[in-house]
Amino acid sequence: MPSLLFYLFAALTLGFGLMVVTARNPVTSALSLAMSFVGLAALFIGLDAYFIGAIQILVYAGAVMVLFLFIIMLLDIKEEAGKTPNYIAVGGAVVLAIMLALQIIAVATSYPAGEQTTADVALHLETTGAAMETAKTSLPTITRDLKEGTLPDAKLMGHTLFSRYAFHLQVIGLLLLVGAVGVVVLSKRDKEAAS
Amino acid sequence: MITLSHYLVVSGMLFALGLAGVIARRNILIIYMCLEMMLSAANLALVAFSRFRVTPEGLPDYAAQSLVFFTITVAAAEVAVGLAIIVALFRAKQSVDVESVSKLQG
Repeated sequence: MPSLLFYLFAALTLGFGLMVVTARNPVTSALSLAMSFVGLAALFIGLDAYFIGAIQILVYAGAVMVLFLFIIMLLDIKEEAGKTPNYIAVGGAVVLAIMLALQIIAVATSYPAGEQTTADVALHLETTGAAMETAKTSLPTITRDLKEGTLPDAKLMGHTLFSRYAFHLQVIGLLLLVGAVGVVVLSKRDKEAAS
Repeated sequence: MITLSHYLVVSGMLFALGLAGVIARRNILIIYMCLEMMLSAANLALVAFSRFRVTPEGLPDYAAQSLVFFTITVAAAEVAVGLAIIVALFRAKQSVDVESVSKLQG
């Protein structure tokens, strides 16, 4: 990924992230978070994770943020006008966040493998494709894409999820079912309490 | 040039921003959004490690990206349940301020 694009999208992600925390109006916060997620998805795509970038936009910027906006507008939450922020909490949050960020930066910059660029760890698509074709270890469609020099990211993701993590995928499906049932139970109005 | 450290620094800063929001804000919906931001920051670190830890075959490490996929799925389920709880809380208290919920305070 070119340096300029990295800095542009990192600034987009962090700048709108700061707006989420500082905005007084919840709708501004929600829309800023959606923009922040778009910047993050661009960073994912710059890291050759096209599928993750796409679901970041579809699930987070699409479904999750629309759900947030829907709830904000349903509950009709107004700006916190007139309310003074809790200055002890704000000061503590700023100090703690700066300390945590400095600590993570210190660890990340002193990490020896952190000096690598994407060019140092280049992907070998054509040779991998040729090796997979002779060993027949992967699907024909994946080896064909690899031999052509393109990264079949979604196909490789699908192959990993449905072979190595097939059981985990079913557990996640069950979790979503439990979540859906839980939401219905939680949002059902109690008839005795309502009357 | 952009190194692995650059991505980890962005991820750490995004996580710290989310943490600051969780501590400083009193609107429960904004606290919840900041939680989502912290989850995404962890996802960025995972995807960066996945790209920079190339497997012997010469492909990115898809185990890390599968973990990101599961994290996003769990986060989506968590948002649905959490927002239902917030709606139930709003019905009971007519407020989304975390300081209005103090029944268990001694």
